[in-house]
Amino acid sequence: MHTNAWIRCIVFCCGLLLTGWATAAPLIQTWQTANGAKVLFVEAPEIEMVDVRIVFDAGSARDGDKQGVTSFTNSLLSEGAGDWNAYQIAERMEGVGAQLATGSLRDMAWVSVRSLTESKALSTALETLAAVVAEPRFTDEDIERQRQSILAGLVQDEQSPGSLGKKRLYRLVFGDHPYAGDPEGSIESVKAITREDIVAAHKRLYVAKNALVAIVGALSMQEAESIADRVTGGLKPGEAVPKLPTVKPLQTAIDEQIPFPSTQSHLYIGQPGMRRGDADYFTLYVGNHILGGSGLVSLLSHEVREKRGLSYSVYSYFLPMRQIGLFQMGLQTKNDQAGEALQVVRNTLKRFIEDGPTAKELEAAKQNITGGFPLRIASNGKIVEYLAVIGFYDLPLDYLDSFTEKVNAVTREQIQDAFQRRIDPDRLVRVQVGRITPLAQVSKQSDADSSK
Amino acid sequence: MRRLITGLVLMALCVSYAEANVVEHQLDNGMKVIIKQDRRAPIAVSQVWYKVGSSYEFGGITGVSHVLEHMMFKGTDNHPPGEFSRIIAANGGDENAFTGRDYTAYFQTMASDRLEVSFELEADRMRNLLLLPEEFAKEVEVVKEERRMRTEDKPQSLTYERFLAGAYESSPYRTPVIGWMADLDSMQVEDLQVWYRKWYAPNNATLVVVGDVEPDKVIALAQRHFGPLKPEQVARPKPRLEPAQRGSKRITVKVPAKQPYLVLGYKTPVVGKADEAWEPYALEMLAYVMDGGSSARLSNNLIRGSKLAVAADASYSAFSRLPGMLVMDAVPAPDSTIDVVEKALLKEVEQFKTELVSEDEMERVRNQIIAAKVYEKDSVFYQAMLIGQLETVGLNWRLADEYVDHLKAVTAEQIRQVAQKYLVEDNLSVAVLEPLPLENSMAKPVSKGIAHAH
Repeated sequence: MHTNAWIRCIVFCCGLLLTGWATAAPLIQTWQTANGAKVLFVEAPEIEMVDVRIVFDAGSARDGDKQGVTSFTNSLLSEGAGDWNAYQIAERMEGVGAQLATGSLRDMAWVSVRSLTESKALSTALETLAAVVAEPRFTDEDIERQRQSILAGLVQDEQSPGSLGKKRLYRLVFGDHPYAGDPEGSIESVKAITREDIVAAHKRLYVAKNALVAIVGALSMQEAESIADRVTGGLKPGEAVPKLPTVKPLQTAIDEQIPFPSTQSHLYIGQPGMRRGDADYFTLYVGNHILGGSGLVSLLSHEVREKRGLSYSVYSYFLPMRQIGLFQMGLQTKNDQAGEALQVVRNTLKRFIEDGPTAKELEAAKQNITGGFPLRIASNGKIVEYLAVIGFYDLPLDYLDSFTEKVNAVTREQIQDAFQRRIDPDRLVRVQVGRITPLAQVSKQSDADSSK
Repeated sequence: MRRLITGLVLMALCVSYAEANVVEHQLDNGMKVIIKQDRRAPIAVSQVWYKVGSSYEFGGITGVSHVLEHMMFKGTDNHPPGEFSRIIAANGGDENAFTGRDYTAYFQTMASDRLEVSFELEADRMRNLLLLPEEFAKEVEVVKEERRMRTEDKPQSLTYERFLAGAYESSPYRTPVIGWMADLDSMQVEDLQVWYRKWYAPNNATLVVVGDVEPDKVIALAQRHFGPLKPEQVARPKPRLEPAQRGSKRITVKVPAKQPYLVLGYKTPVVGKADEAWEPYALEMLAYVMDGGSSARLSNNLIRGSKLAVAADASYSAFSRLPGMLVMDAVPAPDSTIDVVEKALLKEVEQFKTELVSEDEMERVRNQIIAAKVYEKDSVFYQAMLIGQLETVGLNWRLADEYVDHLKAVTAEQIRQVAQKYLVEDNLSVAVLEPLPLENSMAKPVSKGIAHAH
């Protein structure tokens, strides 16, 4: 929360598998447990530690009409399970130096553990993890306490112009699709969730056929197999959840302004983007790297920050999901500059769609992505996240091996073509939170090119 | 809630293990080079740490260290503005910089065979920065936007900033790293020129490299690029010692918000400046017992037990250039109040003075720290951070390896003694966020489903 260090620019996590490969990608081994959970494993013998992450198709896209129930359920897993209450779970894990974390988003919900390989530590951690996913208690007391905590988080979001804007953007881009809602739900919906809702969500979603286990650590194949069996052993086989509905394209542009007493206006601009495994995945990924995905050297950063000093952070990204996820651009600037900043972003996007990148820009992007590949798989923590994504989204196991090749194969023409087909600058959702300078005035400003 | 881990506390938690393969070398111009070999992946991180940060600043120029950090990417005689970042990017690098109270640091992480690219560029901007007025004019606006984003529009951050400003009398830790807005408004490029000349010299810098490298070759490369740089007369900053506090302080921050928030802090000593060498380590242990995970006291007593708070944290850092504070902060539960939560936090503090911490709790903290040291090997970046921070606050990187032993040596009685000595009312500062209505924010959004005119 309070950090002494001011990181100079925010590197936005695109949720993309950023890769290129210099040496050999880690060898991924895969199998299924007896009750039907898929497992991905990478052996990493150098450090005496193990990471295990169990991912369920149990994100807020599975909330149905109980908005927030999947996130609520996930957050309760470590608050009491099997023979232990919240304190006992924490005490067991922390007593052996193991770390337990839970989390959920729109597509997925997960529970992860990091432990030493030392046998007492590891068996304590695995036993706890197995109970947490399969036998959560969901006592009324834990539910009410957790409800207060979630509500406090939602109240805090209401004092944050960034949170308000981002939630509104999702709502407007995704309309009646399950991706529209905030994973945490709303104050109203969270108040209405009952214990029965939570128990039902857990019963339906936390089952083996809806689970993916990612393991990285100083383990043999046999040890990894045994770990996968242990942590999923309590799960019922169950059924995989049905496919999500497809995301509809926007029919029209939508502008929305949310008045807020902040010194800055937060601008959020979006449209449906792409899916995991999308045919245009590499093309759009490399293209976006140039447009707004490469920090200070991106086109958006150059135009908005470096040339004009309008914003500390400005970015664009695709968030590929099971169905089409968000394409988003954003920035924050003092209120009276919001119109100018919006215009620059809009012109930069339009020009990029019309002209595509230059040969030089594409070359630089490829060098950065492929040259930086060793960094992105340099730790167990990063590899386990890749395994979770590859496994959860059924990406090919040679995904990492072939990444550099696929990035290098992308051409300027393909980027131009893909952006022209996929991103329509005349049908964007634009949300502005702050002391409002009417967007109407912005639209009347000239479309003069803001090129270099 | 999890412990609020700040700066060095985090680093200290995650030290790499003691058999560290570290080589230390000093160039003739006074620049220190510290290399740690870690061959797990074919990468290396390179960090240049300068002994300058917001605690070196004085009234009127607050934030100058951080603005200068931004300007370090804005061109030298040899490389025009922005080229630094473009060259690093083209080499597949990941780069950034950060400014703290006691340091300003620049880093690149790249494939280990690209180390020379980073050395060449860092050596160049250590002495040859242009500081162009037109670039400064834009960049200081970027920094003001950063301040608005991080502080002005964040009620808790704003409260924390005012808490520090009110708690310290004379210590430069009272000023925000990013600087006061009025000082940013009046900042001139000449202020940066003075600051750059004063602090950016090889004899005021430490180069830290961690990764898949040969120490001899790194030293030769460092010699080639940094060796020719001229040293400067670098004056040590004035001590600016914080006078003893003479009674508790209370700060109220009224700001549009939805949620109250509370910060408490007691003035504490640091390693190298304590009456007894063990005191800072006893305070570290105390902070862990209070908030070292979900089984620690604040989570167990305030969040789960009495359910008075939805968030409660404690933090303390034994390693900083100047003495700081043991800080606690909390967000009351919806049906609770600031007053009640404040009393509950003070009760937790009192308990350390009257009752010895149990051996169970001590053992749990030790096991967490020992494990965290193993986990830290998973990141070359953090290994380098720890070395750089310790060296830059005037301590020795070896402390990183000795940290666990220092903490293991702490007794329950010593924890009681530091609580009785430092966690006393006359030493306490409290800041409270009092929410004002978010007036017009509650107005209905204005939505238009129209195609844009062109």
